[in-house]
Amino acid sequence: MTVGYSRRPPVLFLLTIGGVLLVALLAAVMIGPVDLKPSAVLLEIFDHLPLVDVDSGLDARQAAIVWELRLPRAVLGALVGATLAVAGAAYQGVFRNPLADPYLLGVAAGAGLGATIAIVAVGSGSVMVPIAAFGGAVLAVVATYGLGSAGGGRRTGTTLILAGVAVAAFLTAAQTFVQQRHAETIREVYAWILGRLGTTGWGDVALMAPYAATSIVAIFLHRRLLDVLAVGEDEARTLGVRSERVRAAVVIAATLGTAGAVAASGLIGFVGIVVPHTIRLLVGSSYRAIVPMTVLGGAAFLVLADLVARTALSPSEIPIGVVTAFVGGPFFVVILRTSKRGTQ
Amino acid sequence: MIETQGLVVRYNGRAAVDGVTLSVAPGEWLGLIGPNGAGKSSLLGAISGTVAHDGVVRIGGRLSSELGRREAARAVAVVPQNPVLPEEMDVIDYVLLGRTPHLGYLAAETDADVAITEAALWDLGIIHLADRPLGSLSGGERQRCVLARALAQEAPVLLLDEPTSALDIGHRQQVLDLVAELRRTRSLAVLAAMHDLTLAAQYADRLALMIEGRITIEGTADEVLTESTISAFSGARVSVMRGPDDQIVVVPRRRG
Repeated sequence: MTVGYSRRPPVLFLLTIGGVLLVALLAAVMIGPVDLKPSAVLLEIFDHLPLVDVDSGLDARQAAIVWELRLPRAVLGALVGATLAVAGAAYQGVFRNPLADPYLLGVAAGAGLGATIAIVAVGSGSVMVPIAAFGGAVLAVVATYGLGSAGGGRRTGTTLILAGVAVAAFLTAAQTFVQQRHAETIREVYAWILGRLGTTGWGDVALMAPYAATSIVAIFLHRRLLDVLAVGEDEARTLGVRSERVRAAVVIAATLGTAGAVAASGLIGFVGIVVPHTIRLLVGSSYRAIVPMTVLGGAAFLVLADLVARTALSPSEIPIGVVTAFVGGPFFVVILRTSKRGTQ
Repeated sequence: MIETQGLVVRYNGRAAVDGVTLSVAPGEWLGLIGPNGAGKSSLLGAISGTVAHDGVVRIGGRLSSELGRREAARAVAVVPQNPVLPEEMDVIDYVLLGRTPHLGYLAAETDADVAITEAALWDLGIIHLADRPLGSLSGGERQRCVLARALAQEAPVLLLDEPTSALDIGHRQQVLDLVAELRRTRSLAVLAAMHDLTLAAQYADRLALMIEGRITIEGTADEVLTESTISAFSGARVSVMRGPDDQIVVVPRRRG
């Protein structure tokens, strides 16, 4: 009876995209302004594995470049990319809106305001910046959620999105106001807003990892329920699912991940839109396939984008947010035009 | 089976369903007829547990108020009047949604769930469409997908809200023939709101006429579908005639 439609995600796609991620990570640790032998880089990384003791032939400075600079930066890029992308997919599913992304609920605007205030008050190098950004992001979502239900009492996808637009506009205005009043820090604020991956070694990875893990696992567990939401609240109820509960759980998970990513790396746009939609065009609209593939695809995308950001105009760096939009935009258009699903 | 006693649904104080008592046995088809706004959809919603109500609803002998959300969904499958069909979703993924009430909150579907889903696609003759997106299907094919999803739910009670209103006459017959066969082979209790009186007479075992939230007449098609009852509820001028198999045919008449 089984005809072989059945289980998602398609293994071939998963392997391919996992392979892309692996290649991206390898390229990220091997390519940089200091030329290092690829084999030595690999040996150096193996050397740090538990119970492994090999001599990579790198001196202390070179070893530090691999272990303290390139690898943590690549891992952070993977974590941030995976989290932003899967959060985007989650928001799109929850709000049944293809344009929804992690910044929809005012997350970016709230984080931007928090970070701007911190930069103005204590400077951009302070540990207060990510904390303030995180606080701002969470406050913005709380405000959006509160406002979204105030109107008719019921939080529907539409009222939430509208509330998010209002909150984002308000907070962006506040952020611009603070920024303009403190012209001396405008460059620092601007650099932060365009996003950058931390270069402070494993500290940023440790900061981001719990948010990434919580967010990705929670959304992964809800992948089937995201499909149920696609038929609307009334029909979801006849299938035994309370949409409100699913929506709240997924929004909290996605927002937590986004806030963590914003705190770790500033505002990196476009990942939450371009990655899930590219995956969607490849494997269809079931979140059972989209979620795991988006995690891998988002990680690979941001690691590659960061590689471009720091090598294209080396030794100066392009803000990674510029790269994601600059590379992601045309890439997405190509996918859109060549995909069978896109042209059906 | 379905039983209701004194079922009331209120919207802003107005009773859309006003004390309905009915029962549908396993393997039986009760056709719900009546004018637009008579409360048919509200009644179906109350029975499926998606519309707040007073009074008693029993599904398979158990009070619906005592059933959990998922338990209720395992007992009652609904084919809505205007189902939401996400254009991009593949047929197999859509029909698999019917397995939702059988799965734990965060559980993934098993091979058994996929097999049941594929069986539903077979039964409705749409297995060849399994990996097509819903947006590429015809109206009749989509309606089969919705029915297949309801079948995959494996509930003993099937509620249909105007299941064929969007279809042409050939596809109406096909869909109703399928429901007729399925309720026989699976002993489903079927409660269907139906617009087309002639088809209602042909397919349902009994008809219940609902007007302003109340069931005014219930019985066989012969008892319910008389020219006077029809013109009383719909204001339509009709002739009730007999078809070649002595079936009731309701024919509209032009003025003058």
